[in-house]
This record gives sequence, structure tokens and C-alpha cells, in this order.
Amino acid sequence: MSRGRYWRVLAFFLLPAVVIYSAFSVYPLLATIFDSLYLRHQGAPETFNGLGNFYTLLGDTTWSKPFWNAFLNNCLFFVIHMCVQNPIGLALAALLSLPQLRLRNTYRTLIFMPTMLSVVIIGFVWQLILSPLWGIWKLFLQTLHLGFLFGPYLGQEHTALLTISLISVWQFVGIPMILIYTALLAIPDELVDAATVDGLNQWQTFFHVKLPLIWPTIGLVSVLTFVNNFNAFDLIYVTEGALAGPNYSTDIMGTLFYRTFFGNQLQLGDKTMGSTIATMMFIFILIGVMIYLFLIQRRMQRYSF
Amino acid sequence: MNVKRAISKTSVHVVLVAYTCLALFPILLVIFNSFKAKRAIFLSPLTPPLPTTFDLIGYNRVFSDGAIGTYYMNSIIVTLGTIFFTLLFGGMAGWALSEYKFRFNKVLGLYLAIGIMVPIRLGSVAIISMIAGLNLINTLTALICVYVAQNLPLAVFILSEFMTQIPKDLREAARCDGLSEYNIFFYIVLPLLRPAMATVAVFTMIPVWNDLWFPLILAPSGGKQTITLGVQQFLGQYVTDWNAVLAALSTAIVPVLIFYILFSRQLIRGLTSGAVK
Repeated sequence: MSRGRYWRVLAFFLLPAVVIYSAFSVYPLLATIFDSLYLRHQGAPETFNGLGNFYTLLGDTTWSKPFWNAFLNNCLFFVIHMCVQNPIGLALAALLSLPQLRLRNTYRTLIFMPTMLSVVIIGFVWQLILSPLWGIWKLFLQTLHLGFLFGPYLGQEHTALLTISLISVWQFVGIPMILIYTALLAIPDELVDAATVDGLNQWQTFFHVKLPLIWPTIGLVSVLTFVNNFNAFDLIYVTEGALAGPNYSTDIMGTLFYRTFFGNQLQLGDKTMGSTIATMMFIFILIGVMIYLFLIQRRMQRYSF
Repeated sequence: MNVKRAISKTSVHVVLVAYTCLALFPILLVIFNSFKAKRAIFLSPLTPPLPTTFDLIGYNRVFSDGAIGTYYMNSIIVTLGTIFFTLLFGGMAGWALSEYKFRFNKVLGLYLAIGIMVPIRLGSVAIISMIAGLNLINTLTALICVYVAQNLPLAVFILSEFMTQIPKDLREAARCDGLSEYNIFFYIVLPLLRPAMATVAVFTMIPVWNDLWFPLILAPSGGKQTITLGVQQFLGQYVTDWNAVLAALSTAIVPVLIFYILFSRQLIRGLTSGAVK
């Protein structure tokens, strides 16, 4: 092929993807970071402000209070996922991967079902179930003689975030389950047989043979959970609205960003501060991914069979 | 020993059945009650619809609203459009990266890979200005553009991985036969990629279908809502009409469930290979 034709072929194959990706993904991301360096004026062009917006966001209490509130809520949201969703996912995967388990595929398919549905639908479904009007959850607790535990969970400041986190856990438990299940199936039988011959029981085999082998998958599940949690928005918007009530107790980075940028009943939309918050989210996610890539993934031994 | 094994086997099933019920109960509850009259929804929420309590009033309201069909159509167009362009452009770029050794090959691969981990949502502020500048607010085109950009990185990555497995002889033979580079890709490589493309299609489809964020900020009105956003808006309006709410939720759930049950094996396989790579 001549040089000219070679480059024409390359351009034909590469340009569409590179152009669309650059235009609708890379450019907006860079432009947003760039925007965060500017100051908005009512009716006048924006002026360069250096890191001023970040000082405002972290230093001015009208901004820093909601920001740290959203950040801490988001951390809690993530911690609940890590402590509830991933262990349950691991346990289900361990059960599903037991040898000679009947109906394995049926269980897997059914348990994974909520994960396929939209967060919007799931949010509404749980809102109805928890609603004191319908009283399904109350009935359930009363049958267990736990009726005194019932309350308007989504409407109380000290229970709303926990409730929403658990709804999200309920929906997405399928993802760690499936990923870990696939990893467990990939472990060669000889390893497990050898452990059995050496006299290990099923529990010991799981904790001493299988678990160490699937640490890389658990690391991957953790970083996926982190990125998704710090990018979450839909569930809270649907169940608690853009104001992330009651009294901002369910506000996370995604809802704070939405409110700041688009405005709401209480404040006008602010493009540059919205960009500043998006940039902070970008930094958090980047830190999380870096920790995974450089600290966790590097140290983990990979086994190939 | 046998008794012990039987007990442990049973207890595994007990745990799994219990969790399966927990996963399915809320969904089935909503679907069952959507077919009942209002009285029965509140008086006997846990019984399936009986001839005496059967009522389609909720569905009447949802469908008389008229827009649900349009919303479904919008979602289908956006999802199919996204899958088509993601596969086409992703396949082309993946082919160039895996087949031709040119300068910047590695750099370009890395550049595209950034998008796998960084959520495109963070660029929303600039995306809106741009879409507004292009006069594409409240169009499905805007959604397709953004979703293709969002899904391209992983598609390129997975497809190029598969392409390296296509035997070199095949391509060389085609070249000897005088096929142009374009024809090699479209007539030889693409057909061989079918399984990989199915994988990419699966994990592109679900997040696009379920997304609320971009429809909310880019196409919130003008009859261009996707089903996810349309249902959310409908529910906001009819919040006190339980029949309508339950029917709207079921209308959004049931087609997805049927699709899922038909293709669950492929879907789950696609999702796992997508996330692991």
C-alpha cells in the first residue's frame, strides 16, 4: 500500500470513533474542568477566577456545608454497599458455585432480575412498599412481631439514607454475585480436589483456597462499586427529589451537582459552580481508580490456569 | 454422614429460595396489584388478582394518556441506534488499532481507554451547552451521540481483543485475492465478530435503556422522552392514583422481564465478559 492510501485507510477506520468520542466525551470533560476556573456574573461574560471557585466551594460555609454533607453521605452510601452488597453477593456466589447444585441457573437468573430493571422503577416500587398508606412493609414487620420498628423510613432524616442505600444494595447485589460466581467457576477442579484430599472441609476450602484466588475479582467489584456510587443520582432523584430530602439527609455528589447546575425552587442554576462540583467528583473518582490500579491491583497476585 | 449432607444441601436451597423471594417479591407485588381494583389493592394486597377483584382501570389510564407508546418507540430507537453505531464505529476503530502498526497506535488506544473508567456524566455541563449550540435539545439524535461516545471505549477494547484472535492467514489470503482493506473488514472480519458484537450489544443496551440522567437533561419534553423518563414524569403526575401508578410501573417492567427471561443466558454472559475485560 502506498503511504497516502495507508493513511486514508487508517483515517476511514479511526476517524468516526475518535471524533465522536472526542466531541461528546473528552471535550465536555475538559471543558467542564476549564469552566470550573471561571466566575459567573449575572448578565455579563464569565471572568477567569483561577482556583477561586474551589476556595469558595471548600471555604465558604454556604457552599462547603452542603458539599461536605454530600461527600460524607456519598461515603456512607459507598460503605454500606461495600459492607452489605458485596458480602451478600459473595455469599450468594459461593452458594451458587457449590458442586452439583440443582436449579443453579434458575436461581442465578431470578436473583439477577432486579439488576436489569431501571433504577427509576425500583425506586418507585420500594416507595410504594414502604409507604405507610399501603402498609405492606408494616404488615411484614407485624407478622414478625417487629411492628414497633415501622416508620416512614424515607421521610426521616436518620433513616432515609440508610433505606435508600439498602434499596440500591437490593437492586445491584446481582453484579458482585455474577462477577464472583464467574471467577469461582474458573477455579480448576484439581485445586479444590487437592484441598479435599488434604482433608480440608468445604468452609476451609472456601476460605483458604478459593477466596485468595478471587481477590482480584473482589478488587474489581470494589472499584466498580466506588465509581458507580460516586456517580449515583437516579435513585435519590426519584425517591427524594432534587432537594434530596428530608433536610438534605440523602444528598450525594450527583444530586448536589444537579441542583447546583440546574437550580431549583431555592436557588438559581450556576454553571461554573456546577462545573466545580463535577470537577471535584472527577477528582474523587480518579483518586479511587488510581488507588485501585496502583495500590490494590499491583499487589494482588494474578493466577492464570 | 448422609443425613448431614442432606441437611446441608437442603439448607443451601432454603437460603437461595429465601433470597430469590426477596428479590422477586417487590416486583411481583406491583405486577399483581396492577390488575386489581383500588379497594382490593389496599384490602388484600398480598392475594393475586381474582375474578372478583380484577380490574384494568389503571392500564386504561396509562394507555389513554397516549404517550407511553411514543416513549417506548423513543427508547427502542435510541437503544438500537446506539448499539448500531457503537458496534460499527467501535469495530472499525478496534480493527485499525489491532491490525495496523502505525505511530501513536498505543497512545490512541490509551486515549480511548480513559473513557472506560471515567463517567461521561461529569461532562454534563459542557454537553448541554454543546447540544444546545447544535440545536439538538429534545432530539433523540442528541441522546444517541452521547451514548455512542459513552459506550465506544469498552466496545473498541473488547472488539480489538477479539480481532487479534482472527488468524493472520485469513487476512493475508484475502489481501492476495485483491480485496481492498475496506472489503476485508466488512466482508471477512465483521461476520467473524458476531459473538463479540453480541456481548458488546448486551452491556450497551441495558444502561442505555435504563438511563434517567441524559434523557432528563437533554430530552426532557416535546414527546422525545424515553420510557424511563416518561414513566418517571407520569408517576409524578399521578402520584395519588394507585391504579395508574401500579399499571405504569408494570408497563415499564413487563417487556423488560420478558426480554430478560428469553435472553438471560446471553445477557449474563455478555455482562460478565464486559466487566471482566
